[in-house]
Amino acid sequence: MGIIVSLEEIRHVLKSDMRILVGGFGISGTPLSVLDQVLHTDIENLEIVSNNLGDNGMGLHKVFMEGKIKKAIGSFFTINKEAVVAWSKGELEIELLPQGTLAEAIRCGGAGIGGFYTKTAVGTALTKDKEIREIDGQRYVFEKGIRGDVALIKAAKADKLGNLVYHTTARNFNPVMATAADFVIAEVDEIVDVGELDPEHIVTPHIYVDYIVQSTYIKEGSEYVEVK
Amino acid sequence: MKLNKREIIAKRIAQELEEGDVVNLGVGIPTLVSSFLEGKKVYLQSENGLIGMGPPPEENSVDIDLIDAGKTPVSITKGASFFDSADSFGMIRGGHLNVAILGILQIDKSGEIANWAVPNQPILGVGGAMDLVAGAKKVIVASTLFAKDGSSKLVDQLTYESSGERKVDLFVSEYATFMFTSEGVKVVDLYGDLTIEALIEKVGLPLLYEVEIAK
Repeated sequence: MGIIVSLEEIRHVLKSDMRILVGGFGISGTPLSVLDQVLHTDIENLEIVSNNLGDNGMGLHKVFMEGKIKKAIGSFFTINKEAVVAWSKGELEIELLPQGTLAEAIRCGGAGIGGFYTKTAVGTALTKDKEIREIDGQRYVFEKGIRGDVALIKAAKADKLGNLVYHTTARNFNPVMATAADFVIAEVDEIVDVGELDPEHIVTPHIYVDYIVQSTYIKEGSEYVEVK
Repeated sequence: MKLNKREIIAKRIAQELEEGDVVNLGVGIPTLVSSFLEGKKVYLQSENGLIGMGPPPEENSVDIDLIDAGKTPVSITKGASFFDSADSFGMIRGGHLNVAILGILQIDKSGEIANWAVPNQPILGVGGAMDLVAGAKKVIVASTLFAKDGSSKLVDQLTYESSGERKVDLFVSEYATFMFTSEGVKVVDLYGDLTIEALIEKVGLPLLYEVEIAK
């Protein structure tokens, strides 16, 4: 069975110039162990699609600080002070989308939909160069679907086939990102035998998942700590 | 007990909510609304994927995966549900949320708001603000009426970046509640220590009102 791999084995999947979708909202639902592996590679010029760029020196924040990110597409970068500075110096390209538009664009990317019209952000600075279309008296803006070369996601449990279940609000962008990349790596807290997950509770069917890795982070009180 | 400005606003907004409403509370003053519900049952939606958000958890039961849209740990109530970000914003844009309560930087006389881009700062964060403005069945603004420099946040025309074309339903401030009609801004009620004349002078815009509230 080839889909359960060590953290080191994921490194060969990641290449320079790739567009990588990264799950998580703040740190909740972020594949922290997988992102640490990026630091052990010499890849660079990454285009990252994620709500924000990590937090508190964890996750994507570390990857960014190592200078590996060329462009970030997401909804909220103002909490990443260093990212704001890098953007103002022209060292980081940022494409800002409303959070719901970001999520829907990824959903479309994974569902064979080229783009969609949304009423969100019509009449704002974020859509001033985009196509506006009136449908039944309401103005909408056209947004393209988003796909990635790779998606790095986090789930609570996987079975050995790759079926996934999530934990509370750590679900966030992970299920849609699982559908929208050519190669999907899921970091999980626990791997169980096939048949142990209730089919009624599976959120991401195994068809979407290429690699499963065991997380090396656990929750301790109000933080995530790495265990070796 | 004397309420401060923020509590006056939150309490007034709580009166607008109906039993069974699904409500999204923005950061800041909106989060205070849940303290003034007086037993009225509403369901709090958090756009990162939760309906049935409860109060902050006891320190020893914090689960840092379980957070609100401001990334603060929360609890859940009986009957809560989790869903992904695409579903969450689908329900927001799709008009399934009864009320969104949002803070603002500015609101113009038509009810269009600016609540995401801080002036003179790079525009690098929007989050879910524009989706909530565009999609909730009812949008209520919770904000103090005057900025720190004393200027009115209720203005003729926005000078800050708009959050979208959709006009809000109600603006609740610490002095008065406003609604936005085709004839102009209407003062729905007045409860602070400003008379209607003083309010009109400080805001600097013509305001409509019924004679009864001016007493």
